[in-house]
Amino acid sequence: MGWQKKVLRVDLTKGSCEPEPLNMDWAAAYLGERGLATKYLWENMDPKADPMGPDNVLIFATGPLTGTMASTSGRYAVITKGPLTGAIACSNSGGKFGAELKFAGYDLLIIQGVASEPVYLHIVDEQVEIVPAGELWGKTVWETEEWIKAKHQNPLLKVASIGVAGERGVRFACIINDLHRAAGRSGVGAVMGSKNLKAVAVYGTIGVTVDDPKRFMAVVRETHALLAENDGRKELTELGTNAMIDSMQAFGSLPTRNFHEVQFEGVSKINPEAMEKVTPGGHRNLLANKACFGCTIACGRIAHIDETHFTIVNRPKYRHASGGLEYETAYAFGPLLGIDDIDALTFASFLMNEHGMDPISFGGTLASAMELYEMGVITDKDTDGVALKFGNAEALTVMAEKTGKYEGFGQVLGLGSKLLCEKYGHPELSMTVKGQEFAGYDSRALQGMGLGFATSNRGACHLKHDVFTQDMEDQTGQGKAKPCKDSQDLISMVDSTGLCLFTMAAWGVEEFQQQIDAACAGDWTVERLLEIGERVWNLERLFNLRAGLTAADDSLPKRLLEVPAPSGTAKGQVAELDIMLPEYYQLRGWTPEGVPSSETLDRLQLQG
Amino acid sequence: MQKSLLIDPAKCTSCLQCEMACSFEHEGVFNPAKSRIKVFEFEHGLRAIPYTCTQCAEAWCMQACPVEAITKNLATGAMEVNEATCVGCKVCTIACPFGTINYNQSTGKVIKCDLCGGDPECAKACPTGAITYVDADWTGYGRMEAWAVKTHAEATAGPGG
Amino acid sequence: MDYVILGAGPAGVIAAETLRKADPAGSVTVVGDEPEPPYSRMAIPYLLIEDIGEDGTYLRHGEGHYADLGIEVRRDRATAVSPAERTVALAGGASLSYDRLLIATGSRAAVPPIPGMDLPGVETCWTLEDARKIAARMHPGARVVLMGAGFIGCIVLQALAARRLEVTVVEMAERMLPRMMDETGGEMIARWCEGQGVAVRTGAEVTGIEAAGDGLRLSLASGEALEVELVICATGVRPNIGFLDASGVALDAGVLVDHHLATNVDGVYAAGDVAQGPDFSTGGQAIHAIQPTAAEHGRIAALNMAGQRTHYRGSLAMNVLNTLGLVSSSFGLWMGADGGQRAVAVDAAGFKYLRLEFQDDVLVGALALGLTRHVGVIRGLIQTRIRLGPWKERLIADPHGIMAAYLECAPGGAARG
Ligand SMILES: Cc1cc2nc3c(=O)[nH]c(=O)nc-3n(C[C@H](O)[C@H](O)[C@H](O)COP(=O)(O)OP(=O)(O)OC[C@H]3O[C@@H](n4cnc5c(N)ncnc54)[C@H](O)[C@@H]3O)c2cc1C
Ligand code: SF4
Ligand code: SF4
Ligand code: SF4
Repeated sequence: MGWQKKVLRVDLTKGSCEPEPLNMDWAAAYLGERGLATKYLWENMDPKADPMGPDNVLIFATGPLTGTMASTSGRYAVITKGPLTGAIACSNSGGKFGAELKFAGYDLLIIQGVASEPVYLHIVDEQVEIVPAGELWGKTVWETEEWIKAKHQNPLLKVASIGVAGERGVRFACIINDLHRAAGRSGVGAVMGSKNLKAVAVYGTIGVTVDDPKRFMAVVRETHALLAENDGRKELTELGTNAMIDSMQAFGSLPTRNFHEVQFEGVSKINPEAMEKVTPGGHRNLLANKACFGCTIACGRIAHIDETHFTIVNRPKYRHASGGLEYETAYAFGPLLGIDDIDALTFASFLMNEHGMDPISFGGTLASAMELYEMGVITDKDTDGVALKFGNAEALTVMAEKTGKYEGFGQVLGLGSKLLCEKYGHPELSMTVKGQEFAGYDSRALQGMGLGFATSNRGACHLKHDVFTQDMEDQTGQGKAKPCKDSQDLISMVDSTGLCLFTMAAWGVEEFQQQIDAACAGDWTVERLLEIGERVWNLERLFNLRAGLTAADDSLPKRLLEVPAPSGTAKGQVAELDIMLPEYYQLRGWTPEGVPSSETLDRLQLQG
Repeated sequence: MQKSLLIDPAKCTSCLQCEMACSFEHEGVFNPAKSRIKVFEFEHGLRAIPYTCTQCAEAWCMQACPVEAITKNLATGAMEVNEATCVGCKVCTIACPFGTINYNQSTGKVIKCDLCGGDPECAKACPTGAITYVDADWTGYGRMEAWAVKTHAEATAGPGG
Repeated sequence: MDYVILGAGPAGVIAAETLRKADPAGSVTVVGDEPEPPYSRMAIPYLLIEDIGEDGTYLRHGEGHYADLGIEVRRDRATAVSPAERTVALAGGASLSYDRLLIATGSRAAVPPIPGMDLPGVETCWTLEDARKIAARMHPGARVVLMGAGFIGCIVLQALAARRLEVTVVEMAERMLPRMMDETGGEMIARWCEGQGVAVRTGAEVTGIEAAGDGLRLSLASGEALEVELVICATGVRPNIGFLDASGVALDAGVLVDHHLATNVDGVYAAGDVAQGPDFSTGGQAIHAIQPTAAEHGRIAALNMAGQRTHYRGSLAMNVLNTLGLVSSSFGLWMGADGGQRAVAVDAAGFKYLRLEFQDDVLVGALALGLTRHVGVIRGLIQTRIRLGPWKERLIADPHGIMAAYLECAPGGAARG
């Protein structure tokens, strides 16, 4: 229980859809969602396979707590080999889709092969069909969702789909579910596109049960209360994730203009306060806060754009509410590009959702292109006449749309910043790790976060480790390896439950343990769960090693390692990766080459 | 004083805790598809409207039932479906002008809100206060009634009516 | 005050109960000609499926329910009504006098004039007595012809199929459910039935039935013959109004009643299948032989009989049907209104269909296949004549926005708290 004990395996080459029992030994060792899907990926594909080829496998995974009354139970993860990184991709999303997949009776949806023509999957409990999607190809995510619901006359279908960006292989294309929730990073949408899979639509009526309902409900009452009373939770509810922008600004860790600076003078125009401010014309960006499935936090923002703003003044179709600014988007379109126009940011954010792209990578890529433009390496000839200057809001929205539609210079931006910068002969301008762009935390001020970025298995990513507290207390690299490793393991476990990381504001490992133990048969101790986290991390690492990555990929861009922070609390400092990384390898039980030692593998019951 | 569910859509975040609580109470499983309360989402999620039976005075469902499978719980005021008696004819589902009694394909019977016997789980589960269980007088019941009367097959005759 | 109610079906019983509440001192007598306690015809299919026993069809389950309420239920048949004397003659010889009379005698199954309709094994499906005869021949695998694929026929079909009989449907019209479904819907239902192993012959006519060994042989107009063990006739119903011929009560197809369910004769009312009353949709007078109408008629007629003058807005033709698992429903002017507009969504392969009919910006009718969630709001929208404003265009683009339209447009509905 907790699990549905069923996997749906779809082979698009063969056109088959077969349910199969969940491997419960693997569930016992990897829990669910991120961990379990990683195991399935490991067992089902050669990590060397071309991420855009038929041998890549795309897994949608729920966790044992997905679809239960545990708060934030709407999470699912997409696991595959990422085209942006060549490493394992693990993109987590909320909304309602994941829970619906679980309600339809599945823990995992495994997609392999390539369809000979565009298709989508239509799943209603046991009824699964691969439906031709010729008419849908070329449509946006928003059009796709509406079209599928109308076609099946079922407004309750939950849809995860890709836009043209995913169809055309934009390397940071994502999968959008429920109109504005994203399995965002590493280009999982491009993998879906490479399989000719436009969408997955699911409606479930089977539901989810737990092992010990009485105990589970009692535990959930307590964990709900903990969240309800927690200040961090309250901030998320009231301000959303964008509350972060003010802290990062104050600390001097807000990457600005492609990491040339670490503080942005325009923050007050795009922070939560700005979102709530009423303009002289009576417009207020923020309309409401909404929740993902099962979530008692509701950090999600619903916003709209001023109708007189240049972005939509002639485009009435965008005069409606949709998903508003989250911190990472605000950072990647704001400071990182030097833009302080909140409506332009919101519009570009809409476009990301409408066309299915990761805003962090798009913003990062555009930032590097802007730098190249300002250097004169690329010119108006390359950019379809658009002045790619830092601070140019129109450049942001025009390029967002071009990339989403895969037109003109958008096709170049669609390469991601690593390939784009290589193409123009300046690889050092790409602010990436393993080919993936950074989230909004500067590693010179936040040393432990920097270590996390360098070692994250999916490339630069803020969601796989949490060293904030330690980083804020002490700005050197000393002693950061341990909290970095520990948080990576803990988060790997939490990512395998089906719940959201933001609950960690109020919950420690014990709260997760109690909920898992009540929901899932078997004896779930804290130690066992943390070991699972560590096992998952190491298995991801093994995947990457086998895919051909090495310790050399656990690095940071030169700008962070060599150019001191120009301002803020860490002024004058660089990222001290050289101090942290060896210690980290050692703590992990890895060789100095970054390879898990045989003792480590034995201890975690893994095979290299 | 009888109590009823007071719903304030403006507070609803669309978390669906209420739907899970409802289905868990009635079906023993977390399954929004079987929830008696349903949250409708519109406009890219901007608006979320929790919706369920108001235990209306007319009790259309009860009136229409051919086999007396729906009865009024005098303690709570809720119209309750007796599963053992219900034959699944679905007449109540088209009779209720609010659409709040629904056919459950898997049991072949109908389901509707029964106020959980006087301690509604949805209200307890709602984290935002969008659903509360309060004295009937406070629920804007009056307005609801006014609308119900319009639906009414009858209308007390005015002059010449 | 003496109240006499003729007919102990849903209309009669609900009227009796309402009278008891409205006039606690009055005497209430219900005369019914069937031997069983008051029951619901529409539960018969579930009896045939064996979901319930005969007592499961009873309108009321409480032991001594009627006696406790002081309602006399009398088994007899009314043979004539004499308004001048305010009496009713009963077949048993007695005569009942009344101050107020309710005619709630329902309807009976109509049998087409075809040779052999009186043979054993050729049955209507209208009463519990009929049900017993049918049940006696429902051996699994038995071959059966269902004559008539109207609303009642399709309900019976569900029971026959559930008992795994080998069913052939013979319908004169060119499609199934000619009066409840349009071509698109009727075609889908027929295709669905065929997919479930039921043979459907539309545009076919039975010309005669004769005994053939243990079974029966049906001749069709096409010249074919069908050998079966059972024939069920569901080709239509006729109101039970014969005993009123000399009464002076105005009759058309049924008993004509006004907005108070009153006939032209003082003190005489009619309700249910027998009554031809105000039609909500057309403003004319129509028989809507359905359970909800019987219940509404019964209640409102009783209020008026008890002196609580109550206006009836008219009945809405509406049906919900389960045909071998495919749920369909129809409301009001589903065939469309003059000068109106239509919204349609068809998914033939998925057996889903929704058709909405508007007049101005008001919903006046609908058909739905494969829709079970919140269907009641269709009735709500039609019967409140809610103006849909801009929602009409949105519904024409996507009729499944009906719930959104309802929540947005219903004034003071739960939607707005
Ligand atoms: C098989 C079947 C399935 C049905 N399914 C549905 C459905 O799904 N939905 C729906 O809405 N409707 C359905 N109906 C129709 C519904 O049952 C009728 O509309 C309803 O029974 C009408 O109620 P009534 O009280 O007007 O008439 P009835 O139920 O017919 O009751 C009238 C009573 O009066 C008696 N009577 C007649 N003449 C005299 C007399 N002279 N003296 C004394 N008593 C007399 C009759 O014998 C009968 O007992 C179905 C009907 C049948 C037969
Ligand atoms: S289900 Fe409908 S008819 Fe029945 S009590 Fe509730 S609102 Fe009234
Ligand atoms: S479906 Fe059940 S509760 Fe509803 S009217 Fe029919 S028998 Fe009564
Ligand atoms: S629990 Fe409350 S906030 Fe959540 S969906 Fe239900 S009514 Fe809305």
